Amino acid sequence: MRVALFVTCVNDALFPGTGRATVTLLRRLGCDVTFPTAQTCCGQMHLNTGYPEEGGRLARHFTDVFADCDAVVVPSGSCAAMIREQYVRLARVPASTASTASTAFAERVAETVPRVHELSEFLVDVLGVTDVGAYFPHRVTYHPTCHSLRGLRLGDRPVRLLEQVRGLDLVPLPAADECCGFGGTFAVKNPAVSAAMCADKARNVTATGAEVLCAADNSCLMHIGGALGRQRTGVRTMHLAEILASTEAVR
Amino acid sequence: MTFLGMPAFPANAAAAVRDSQLRFNLRKATHTIREKRASVVAELPDWARLREAGKQIKDHTLRNLERYLLQMEEAVTAAGGHVHWAADAREANRIVTGLVRETGESDVVKVKSMATQEIGLNEALAEAGITAYETDLAELIVQLGDDWPSHILVPAIHRSRAEIREIFLEKMADWGRPAPEELTDDPRALAEAARRHLRERFLSTKVAISGANFMIAETGTLVVLESEGNGRMCLTLPKTLISVVGIEKLLPTWRDLEVFLQLLPRSSTGERMNPYTSTWTGATEGQEFHLVLLDNGRTRVLADEVGRQALRCIRCSACLNVCPVYERAGGHAYGSVYPGPIGAILTPQLRGMSSPLDASLPYASTLCGACYDVCPVAIDIPEVLVHLRGRAPHPRAERLGMRAAGWVFDRPERLARAERLAGRLRRFVPRRAPGPGPLSAWTETRDLPEIPAESFRDWWTRTDGGTR
Repeated sequence: MRVALFVTCVNDALFPGTGRATVTLLRRLGCDVTFPTAQTCCGQMHLNTGYPEEGGRLARHFTDVFADCDAVVVPSGSCAAMIREQYVRLARVPASTASTASTAFAERVAETVPRVHELSEFLVDVLGVTDVGAYFPHRVTYHPTCHSLRGLRLGDRPVRLLEQVRGLDLVPLPAADECCGFGGTFAVKNPAVSAAMCADKARNVTATGAEVLCAADNSCLMHIGGALGRQRTGVRTMHLAEILASTEAVR
Repeated sequence: MTFLGMPAFPANAAAAVRDSQLRFNLRKATHTIREKRASVVAELPDWARLREAGKQIKDHTLRNLERYLLQMEEAVTAAGGHVHWAADAREANRIVTGLVRETGESDVVKVKSMATQEIGLNEALAEAGITAYETDLAELIVQLGDDWPSHILVPAIHRSRAEIREIFLEKMADWGRPAPEELTDDPRALAEAARRHLRERFLSTKVAISGANFMIAETGTLVVLESEGNGRMCLTLPKTLISVVGIEKLLPTWRDLEVFLQLLPRSSTGERMNPYTSTWTGATEGQEFHLVLLDNGRTRVLADEVGRQALRCIRCSACLNVCPVYERAGGHAYGSVYPGPIGAILTPQLRGMSSPLDASLPYASTLCGACYDVCPVAIDIPEVLVHLRGRAPHPRAERLGMRAAGWVFDRPERLARAERLAGRLRRFVPRRAPGPGPLSAWTETRDLPEIPAESFRDWWTRTDGGTR
């Protein structure tokens, strides 16, 4: 199966290891992975911070770049949720103000968006696998992240994938469904509340005794991991793709 | 890139976050109500359909508001009541003050009402020499403590029972019957002191002011749901009753009320049914009744296609109780009688966003979506927050930074160059950035991620997708 990777700007610039792991994993499962190099950012930061002009421009760019792809895989819950929820809203223009450009965008959104899958959705729903042949002999706890949980409604897909990883000891995270306090620019616009939320999340993570905190979104992990690191907890953060890409050969 | 000037909510919240007593109270109270709500909602197999029905009834009513308001006016008038229309807070206060003056009384009792707090009625009455006595237990605590409510349902959520005891001992005597000298902080003793204090007030006061949870257009009936019974005394004992109600509180029929009598108690107090539900239609024997229909910005909200869903709100406060931001910041940080997620979308729409505080409210959320999931009328609060952020005034430095970031993201080659530059400078990123600005806001409590030497796209190009 031919798959286009939308790596996301955060992974591209800060977490390239997640992108490489996604490529490794998808190839191991028989996919032909392409990386359309014209891609940049889905526009989430701009749209969610109140800059619909820039955000809309980036949304149009995304739909142009991925227009002809059969399947687009995104290793980020919040970027996938952004594309699925907000692009559809952006495309909804009242008939009275519709232009050729807005109609073209709406058509492209209608064509492209249903083919965009978050990584665990793609594995479980499209490829139909939960055992991806991974080996990761560590104690791991999983944070579901808000946009994966309440935006995409990923449900137990990531957990089902992790449960099939050989050697992995999955321990439940207390108050897992609570937000970590990242919230994009919220983390710097409301740093006190953000830090207070993160302190509680970090406390719950360390209470599990896990070595690794896993999530399907590196932006949340950057936030929680930043606090875990500052507090010298010795807990590391790993994207779901990186755990699923691990095998005995690599270890 | 720096975000200029800390707006009001972040500063208020930063102070609240340091208050250990407040954090403890909020955490305990919100988690308790949150769990109660979750268990009684889970009991109903048709909750999702009730929620959808609640949403549709409200949307239908709002779309036909003019018709139902006129029907309401006609029915109330036919039942012997008087209907007054108030376009804004000033007009509503003038009407109510005038009505109280006509009775010749200088004291009024009040049943907890968000609408009268929104318009600052107590202050307006005080200016006219009229004293308003709050009779809801929590509102009494707030009034005696010369304080502000910090929660829609439990306005004194920020107070502990030890604090309440002190307030009662110090202040009750100034407002009527004093608290007993031997008062303890036992909740039962505190409630008994309030009961005796309020009972005297009910029996001696001739004018009452209320709000309403619902108005039923077909019969001109007002509905109040409460837990204490103080509201019912307030509604029935005085000779004159004045109800100030927002125009969005309408329901077309009693059949519609059936849906909301299931949605509201379960969402707000986590009860299957609230202890007291009072309904009244027009003037009853021996009582004069006035209904003040309040707009105060609601028509403007109704004109906004995305924002108007906020008018569906039935003030249950379920969104406050699940909000991680409210739980840490508390209600006062929102600077409005409507705190929490619903306040963050209602206040900027009702008041506009010209003050730094009001402009900061749409940003008082991580967009985590917990509020939308529990809302009994399915208000997509994150959607409205994002919509309002698009209209909020932005600090200049932030605007420039966002424009620059947009420019970089517009072209993949610009992004690649920016990533290479960051990779080259990665050794110079400080562990703690000097402030103020977003970088220091981050590094104060969190490490920055290590910037990689090579971006993903450069790796892909160099290795031909990892094949070389």
